[in-house]
Amino acid sequence: MTVLVEAADVRKGFEGREVLSGVSFRLDKGETLAVMGGSGSGKTVLLRIIDGLLRPDGGAVQLFGRHIEYLSEEAMLPIRRRLGYVFQGAALFDSLTVEENVGFPLVEHASLPDREIRERVLHFLALVGLDEKVLPQLPAELSGGMRKRVGIARALIGQPDVLLFDEPTAGLDPTNSKMVGELISELGSEVCDTAIVVTHDLELAKTVADRVAVLIEGRFATVGRLDDVLGSRDPAVQAFLSGEAR
Amino acid sequence: MATATLRKTAMWYGGLGLLTAQVARSVALPPKYYKLVVREIEIMGVRSLAVAATAAIFTGMVFAIQSAINMARFGAELYVGPLVALAILRELGPVLTAILVGGKVASGITAELGSMKVTEQIDALRSLGVNYVKRLIVPRVLASLIVFPLLTTLADFLGVIGGMVTMVAERGADFYGYVNTTTYWVIPRDFLTGIGKSVFFGAIVTLIGCYNGLSVEGGTEGLGRATTATVVQVTMGVIISDFFLTKLFLILFWPASAR
Repeated sequence: MTVLVEAADVRKGFEGREVLSGVSFRLDKGETLAVMGGSGSGKTVLLRIIDGLLRPDGGAVQLFGRHIEYLSEEAMLPIRRRLGYVFQGAALFDSLTVEENVGFPLVEHASLPDREIRERVLHFLALVGLDEKVLPQLPAELSGGMRKRVGIARALIGQPDVLLFDEPTAGLDPTNSKMVGELISELGSEVCDTAIVVTHDLELAKTVADRVAVLIEGRFATVGRLDDVLGSRDPAVQAFLSGEAR
Repeated sequence: MATATLRKTAMWYGGLGLLTAQVARSVALPPKYYKLVVREIEIMGVRSLAVAATAAIFTGMVFAIQSAINMARFGAELYVGPLVALAILRELGPVLTAILVGGKVASGITAELGSMKVTEQIDALRSLGVNYVKRLIVPRVLASLIVFPLLTTLADFLGVIGGMVTMVAERGADFYGYVNTTTYWVIPRDFLTGIGKSVFFGAIVTLIGCYNGLSVEGGTEGLGRATTATVVQVTMGVIISDFFLTKLFLILFWPASAR
C-alpha cells in the first residue's frame, strides 16, 4: 500500500495550551479516515497542519513521502495542489460567482481555454448534484448545503490525490447531511479515493469511513475500524460516543 | 502593561517588515495578474480623484489667502505665488494626498483582506496552492506606486491653480506677474522630490493596509478595530516618514549650500 499521509507525534499549542499532544497515524491510498472528537478537541488544527496551513510545534508530517513541517510557504504550494481542502464554512470567494469559484484552481494553475474550463466546472458541479443554473450566482445567494457542495466541487476540480473535509455536515439539516455523506462516499469510487474527514457526526463517519480515529485530550484515544472503535473499552471513547463527554 | 504594548508594537513593525520583504521577493508577477494591477489602479486612483482634487484646490486657495494677508504686512505679497507653489509641490500635495487618499484606500484594503481572513478565504487561496502575497498584496502595492504619483501630480496642479485663482480674483494680483514670479522661483526638482515622496507614501500606505488586514483576529469586532487602526497608522506613517524622506531627498538632490 502507498502511504500518502503520515503523522508522527504531532504536537501543537496556542498561547500555552497544548491542543495536540502527540498525534500519530498513517493514511494509505484508497482509504478514508474519519477523525472524530468533541468541539475544541483539535480536529481542525490537525487538518490544517496536514494541509500545511499551520506549522506543528513538534513531531513530523509527511505528505506523499515528503516531510512538510519545515517547508516554506512557497515550497508547500505545489504539494497543496495535490490536496483538496473542503472548509467547514466552504470559504468560497464571496466576490466571485459559482462558476469562477469552481474554475478558480484551473484559471490559476492550468492554461486551458475558457470553454474547456466551463465544461470541467459543469462536470464537477454535476458530480456534486448541481446544474448550470447556479453558475452565475454569488455564494451569498446559495443555501448552506449548496455552498458546501460548491466547496467540494472546487476542491475536486484540481483532481487531488487526497481530500480533506472539515466538518462537512456541520450546520446542515439531516437531509443535507445525509446527501453530503453519500456524496463523499460516491467520490471515493469516482474521483478521489483517499480522504480525511474531520467530524463529530457519528452517522457521517459510519457512511464514509474505512477507519475511525477518536481525538481526546490531544491524542488519538483509539484508531481502527468503526466496529472496533464502537466496541472500545476506553471510558473516554465511550463517553464521547454516547454523548456524555464533558 | 507597558511591556505588552512594547511587545505588540515590536511585533507589528517586525510583521510589516517581513511582509515588505515577501512583497519584494514576489514582485515579479505572472502576466495573468497584470489585470489585477489594472483593477487596483481603477479602485485606488479613479475612485479617489474627487477627494484628491477637492482637497488640493481648497488647500491651495486657503494657503494663498493666509499667505497673502500675512506677507502683505512685510510688503512681500509678490512672493505668494512661489510660496504657495513650493509648499504644495514639496509638501502639501504629496502629504495631503497620501493622508486623504491613503486613509481611504488603506482602510478599504484592511476591511477587504480582513474579511477574507475572517471567512477563511485567504486560507482557501493557500490551500488551492496559490501564492496569496502575489495575488492579493503585490498587485495592490504595484498599483499604489503608479496611482499615488499620478494623484499627487493632479493635486499639485490643482493646488497651484487654486492659489493662483484666489490671488487673481480676490487679491487683485496680476496674472502674468504671478505666473512669472512662480516659474522663476520654482524649479522641476521641487516637483520631482514631491513626486518621489509620493511613491514611498503609496508603498507605506498600502503595506500598512494589507498587513493590518492579514493580521485581523477576533472576528468582525477585530475587523472594525483593525480598520480604525489603519487610518491612524497611515496618517502617522505618512507624517513621520515625510520628515525622513525630506531629509533624505535634501541630502541626495540638493547642494549642501541650499539645504
